[in-house]
Amino acid sequence: MHKLLKQDIGEKMMLLGNEAIARGAIEAGLAFAATYPGTPSSELSLNLFQISQESDLYFEYSTNEKVALEVAAAAANSGVRSMAIMKHVGVNVAADALMTLAYVGVTGGMVVLSADDPFMFSSQNEQDNRYYAKLSGLPMMEPSSVEEAKEMVAKAFEVSEALNEPVILRTTTRINHSTAPVTLGEIKPRVTQGIFEKDPFSKVTVPAVSRNLHVKLLENIDKAKALAEKSEYNFIEGTGSGGIICNGVSYNYVADAVKDLNAAKNIKILRIGFSYPLPEQMIKNFLKDCDQVLIVEEGEPYMEEAVKAFAQEAGLMLPINGKKKDLFSRLYEYNPGIVRQNIATYFGIDSTPAAIPDMSDVPDVPMRPPNLCAGCSHRATFYAVKKAAEGLDTIYPTDIGCYTLGFLPPLSMADFLICMGSSVGTSCGFSKVNTNKVVSFIGDSTFFHSGIPGLVNAVFNNHNFTLVILDNGTTAMTGHQPHPGVNMDDFNLKDYKQVSIEKLVRAIGVEHVTLVKPYKVKKSIQAIKEALEYQGVSVIISEEMCTLYAKGLKRLKQRPFYISDKCTNHRECVNELACPAFFIEGTKVNIDADQCVGCAICAQICPENAILPVKAKA
Amino acid sequence: MDTKRLIIVAVGGQGNLLASSVLGEAALVAGVPVRMSEIHGMAQRGGVVESAIVFGEAKSTIIADGEADVLLGFEPSETLRALNKCHAGTVVITNTAPLPPFTVAIGKGVYPDLDQLQDLIQSKTERLIALDAVALAKEAGNVLAVNMVLLGSLIQIGILPFSADDVKTAMQNKTKKAFLASNLKAFDLGYQAAAG
Ligand code: SF4
Repeated sequence: MHKLLKQDIGEKMMLLGNEAIARGAIEAGLAFAATYPGTPSSELSLNLFQISQESDLYFEYSTNEKVALEVAAAAANSGVRSMAIMKHVGVNVAADALMTLAYVGVTGGMVVLSADDPFMFSSQNEQDNRYYAKLSGLPMMEPSSVEEAKEMVAKAFEVSEALNEPVILRTTTRINHSTAPVTLGEIKPRVTQGIFEKDPFSKVTVPAVSRNLHVKLLENIDKAKALAEKSEYNFIEGTGSGGIICNGVSYNYVADAVKDLNAAKNIKILRIGFSYPLPEQMIKNFLKDCDQVLIVEEGEPYMEEAVKAFAQEAGLMLPINGKKKDLFSRLYEYNPGIVRQNIATYFGIDSTPAAIPDMSDVPDVPMRPPNLCAGCSHRATFYAVKKAAEGLDTIYPTDIGCYTLGFLPPLSMADFLICMGSSVGTSCGFSKVNTNKVVSFIGDSTFFHSGIPGLVNAVFNNHNFTLVILDNGTTAMTGHQPHPGVNMDDFNLKDYKQVSIEKLVRAIGVEHVTLVKPYKVKKSIQAIKEALEYQGVSVIISEEMCTLYAKGLKRLKQRPFYISDKCTNHRECVNELACPAFFIEGTKVNIDADQCVGCAICAQICPENAILPVKAKA
Repeated sequence: MDTKRLIIVAVGGQGNLLASSVLGEAALVAGVPVRMSEIHGMAQRGGVVESAIVFGEAKSTIIADGEADVLLGFEPSETLRALNKCHAGTVVITNTAPLPPFTVAIGKGVYPDLDQLQDLIQSKTERLIALDAVALAKEAGNVLAVNMVLLGSLIQIGILPFSADDVKTAMQNKTKKAFLASNLKAFDLGYQAAAG
């Protein structure tokens, strides 16, 4: 049985934040979930995917976040408790659906999970999705800890059903990827079948209907505000005339700091966990009791702006600060040290900052950036494209996935990236206004996610570029989730179909389509050359299973290579491929047989033919 | 109970996530409050993986620079890189078997001298325990048990609020049965090595 289905009520388990949220959802009777994988939310979906295989929970990996939200919204509009799960930037993709779903609402509980990523541990930006609650008018809740995250899911479903609208549950990486003991609660039965009640005059958003729905949404915001005023997730701790208002993980740093600084009698804390709409009256009362207030929130001054406005309305003149030079930054994530020091400074408490060792005599430690795995098919494709494009002035728009790592030298195969699917759309623009040859890269999962409309656009508007679709049979970056091009037999799962990228590309009307097997270096270079010469839209589909995934499926016949005495040490292999299986011993290049998977790319490019299979050696 | 803050740094694939999960479980077994956080997005692509584990009454799950009581490094240059997490009273435990990053192979950086590295860490912290955890793991019969060797050393120094037995119980819950014997042996070898 899946560990998150355990019935042992009261048992304590160490759970990752994402597991705790999954458990909270299961306890709340979640019956339907849809997602597009994205760090830091991926393990949440993975656990629900696993649970769905041994229970009547319905779970799907949808093609993108907008589709996931729509899929879940329909279930919720049929009375089924549902969830749509995505990373913060995924909400941008889903935003079109979200904004008007806020008007229509739901009949069964619906929770939209937005996993934000301050510091951009694995994201292209660190946008603060609390503004999506304000923008859409939907209630938002934010946990401060793993335990609370679990509890909050059930509460979010209750609020959703009380107001008949989705609730946004916003986490940050340090919730999703923290681990703590969690107490298991009772699992509510799932109601998996719903009834859709037709009501076109409140569910079909033509202008006349939407005008009424907007009125209803505003009334709902007032109702939600009343709930926020009473919510157990908005609470005050401590006493004194100093005040701190904080949310999410910042609350942990604040609480620890106030304790460390012995200030619980002088500083009280207002923790906001139900954060849209803000509990206006509660905040005004809190301000009235304070001489000065500090707002501690990672990201944008979302609360600070609102609190200052509340103070103005209440005629209060006390200093209220948060984001400010020499105080808190809008950049990156906070930590206990930053928060303690700023609290001490702001409230005039003595505190010596931690004494970090003097690092001035410490030599620079060589960087250790993540690298494509040994044998990764992307490395082979990049190499082949680079060789095929030799002599051409190129622009390489890229996309989001493991292959984004190809931007690092020595591969250096990425020039532009803004979001999922942008490789294709931007290729259209780049090729129109530059004389360079535009060659762009997109992974299979990303192509399904948002590359297709760009390619249709390219064909229709008769653009001129080459799109390389890196088809490695999985969504590798986020942990090998399936996508529509995957053969689900690999997961021993029936009832799925498979969408062929090649047929799709041809059906769109691309006239020059080339399939390459990137481990065959010479053939690939030749085929790519021809595709690059084509005037118009050409597509190269580079097919080879992700090495790490193949390892997981036990499909990898690891046949390592070694470097023989024929090596004359010009290091073409190391310098052009940067495969992590290479290492230098003394002055000689070597191959780590544990890492080498035997893709044989290096063996094919070595001018001395010095790289040979280990087998032959024996 | 005093709060104890532990940072573990490793290279993706060295098994530090399992090590921290064993420690979390051990704390749960011993009834010690524990919270931890990990950045493991690109763990499998050879990047640096850092875990922060906070034992005792604290709400934070991360550790600021200069605030770790113990630094456990799975790779010597990564231990050195993480020195900014330490203060003068920090105890540092490091594996001495290097895994040079790829940037060294392509000439974009020089791997630090191992003796100098140890002197530097020693001079800036309370105490350094340096051991070849790879050799000890091999001796235990499981080259992948580097994580368990280092856990043994970590428990030997006695800073964390639970016993070797708590950790061994946790190992039984968290590690694969087939490797339990070699893992336990690795743990003991690491424990003895730290005892000097
Ligand atoms: S996980 Fe797969 S796609 Fe990603 S770098 Fe490794 S081999 Fe390449």
